[in-house]
Amino acid sequence: MSKNPFPLDKQGLLEAYRTMRTIREFEERVHNEFAKGDIPGFVHLYAGEEASGTGIMMHLNDRDRIASTHRGHGHCIAKGVDVKEMMGEIYGKAMGSCRGKGGSMHIADLSKGMMGANGILGAGAPLACGAALAAKFRGDGGVGISFVGDGASNQGMFLESLNLAAVWNLPAIFVVENNGYAESTSREYAVAVDSYVDRAAGFGLPGVTVDGTDFFAVYEAAGEIIKRAREGGGPALLECKMIRFFGHFEGDQQTYRGKGEVEHIRANQDCIKLFADKVLDAGVIKRPELEAIDKEIVKLIDEAVITAKAAPLPTAKDLMTDVYVTY
Amino acid sequence: MARKISMRQALNEALDQEMARDPTVFVMGEDIVGGMGGDGEKDAWGGVLGVTKGLYAKYGDRLLDTPLSESAYIGAAVGAAACGMRPVAELMFIDFMGVCFDEIFNQAAKFKYMFGGKAETPVVIRTMIGGGFRAAAQHSQVLTPLFTHIPGLKVVVPSNAYDAKGLLIQSIRDNDPVIFCEHKNLYGLETDVPQESYAIPFGEANVVREGKHVTIVTYGMMVHRALDAAAALAKDKVECEVIDLRTLSPIDWDTVLESVENTGRLVCVDEAHPRCSIASDVSAKVSQEIFKALKAGIQMVTSPHTPVPFSPSLEDIYLPSADKIATAVRKTMAN
Repeated sequence: MSKNPFPLDKQGLLEAYRTMRTIREFEERVHNEFAKGDIPGFVHLYAGEEASGTGIMMHLNDRDRIASTHRGHGHCIAKGVDVKEMMGEIYGKAMGSCRGKGGSMHIADLSKGMMGANGILGAGAPLACGAALAAKFRGDGGVGISFVGDGASNQGMFLESLNLAAVWNLPAIFVVENNGYAESTSREYAVAVDSYVDRAAGFGLPGVTVDGTDFFAVYEAAGEIIKRAREGGGPALLECKMIRFFGHFEGDQQTYRGKGEVEHIRANQDCIKLFADKVLDAGVIKRPELEAIDKEIVKLIDEAVITAKAAPLPTAKDLMTDVYVTY
Repeated sequence: MARKISMRQALNEALDQEMARDPTVFVMGEDIVGGMGGDGEKDAWGGVLGVTKGLYAKYGDRLLDTPLSESAYIGAAVGAAACGMRPVAELMFIDFMGVCFDEIFNQAAKFKYMFGGKAETPVVIRTMIGGGFRAAAQHSQVLTPLFTHIPGLKVVVPSNAYDAKGLLIQSIRDNDPVIFCEHKNLYGLETDVPQESYAIPFGEANVVREGKHVTIVTYGMMVHRALDAAAALAKDKVECEVIDLRTLSPIDWDTVLESVENTGRLVCVDEAHPRCSIASDVSAKVSQEIFKALKAGIQMVTSPHTPVPFSPSLEDIYLPSADKIATAVRKTMAN
């Protein structure tokens, strides 16, 4: 048995792989199913970005809260939201995470600390401050984590939240998932500073930039930041530089991307391949162990799609319920 | 034991009693303590109009002065509420809702429904409304219809100290997001208020004056203008029934419809602008439900469709007055 050079034991490594592969399979399948026309509305896929959500969420428990983005499927899966209910929600079914009333952009499970994907870019940052404030009041060591893309990093709500978290010394963490594009607009065009570390510094927060395709880089940086926040050290910003395999939304022709860009990143910057190569090369994990996980996941997602497709739709009686707790 | 106290004191007492009762209640807003980080005294202000004065000494860190940053702190209140706390966030003027509206109407209002019933957001947003302060276009609006339009929000507007205390206590205990609107001209008004804690249920209008000829439906500051008009009309033997809605979402349709069934005449009074207002909403409901009960066309008395003007000579004619209400009542009596 080779010596394990990684910050996780074998079981942890397999768990990380399982989470990332689940996200990838889920998103690839949604991509294919969406093309068939069975999925209502529109979806934004997280494929290619798995190392970020997974590397961060592996440090969290259910009392830690996250506020996600429109591209939220990966965050949901990594935070432990039930995959079959998620798929049901994407199909608009009554068995979905939100009983068919939320859809892809609003999947939430408060019991897992998942405060919702969010259709409003940047709106999750104040919510994560609120989660962090609640944790601080309770003194339970919990943290609030906000995810934004490079696009929403320009929102006032996000920038105000950096200041609020800093002046109140909240256990809040702001993750900028910088995939280089705000919809179709490049980060270089829309963000005036080169480094989010500089932007964080401007608000009095420490910031770290990591290669978001490197699971271990994300895992280690997030671990330090989260530990610090839990111990009362205050907020921080984590920039994960990453790449998006698909378009902004499904159906996006992506003509704004360079020729061969997607093929190149799939071949050379696939965070799951990079992870697998590392753990296999180190001899800590054997290929059949990963293949066994792959097989299980294909089956799980296949079942999720079959279940979601067969499940009943919500009915007229569901339209008027749950507007208020009391009427 | 009841004694006469102002609406300002009644609100303070409601916050005090709820903070003492429930450790998850906390209060946040701009200058609600005052003087934070300075060299002078703490609790220098207790809110711009002194509603939270004295609470800092009792509850310390459960009163949080915020940066001037409404999007962040209103959103944080919403987030904390979704995580099991009961924040009472003060947003100084309802006019400032524009800068943090998303956190209210796209987040707080929608969590319950959008997440399939699995989220609760018991946040209270206290805010000042209304004209008469010579505060001009960005510090004098009522804007209540913007919030009643949004499913998921509750909208509360007390017209006196007694209601203010009972409705604020209910708002804090309620599990839905509440926009609690305090008319700035009512803070000093004193009424009998019991010392002990009590909650006034939502959706129960108050018939503040009984009468058989005309129903006047209103809320907030306009309750007092309507009562002035009713008193003047009584001298001419016109008996007005004045209904104080107290909560605009939910709204007590039963009391309104029952009253108009009896009087056959309706005047809707609203300090908000006329289009898509509470006045037009009540008018539409009565027309739809009990058209045959009406003996005359429904009248609306509202502010005009203009921003709130600054100059006293203009603001005085901008605001609905007792005279305008009396004129509208007489119009319904002409038939």
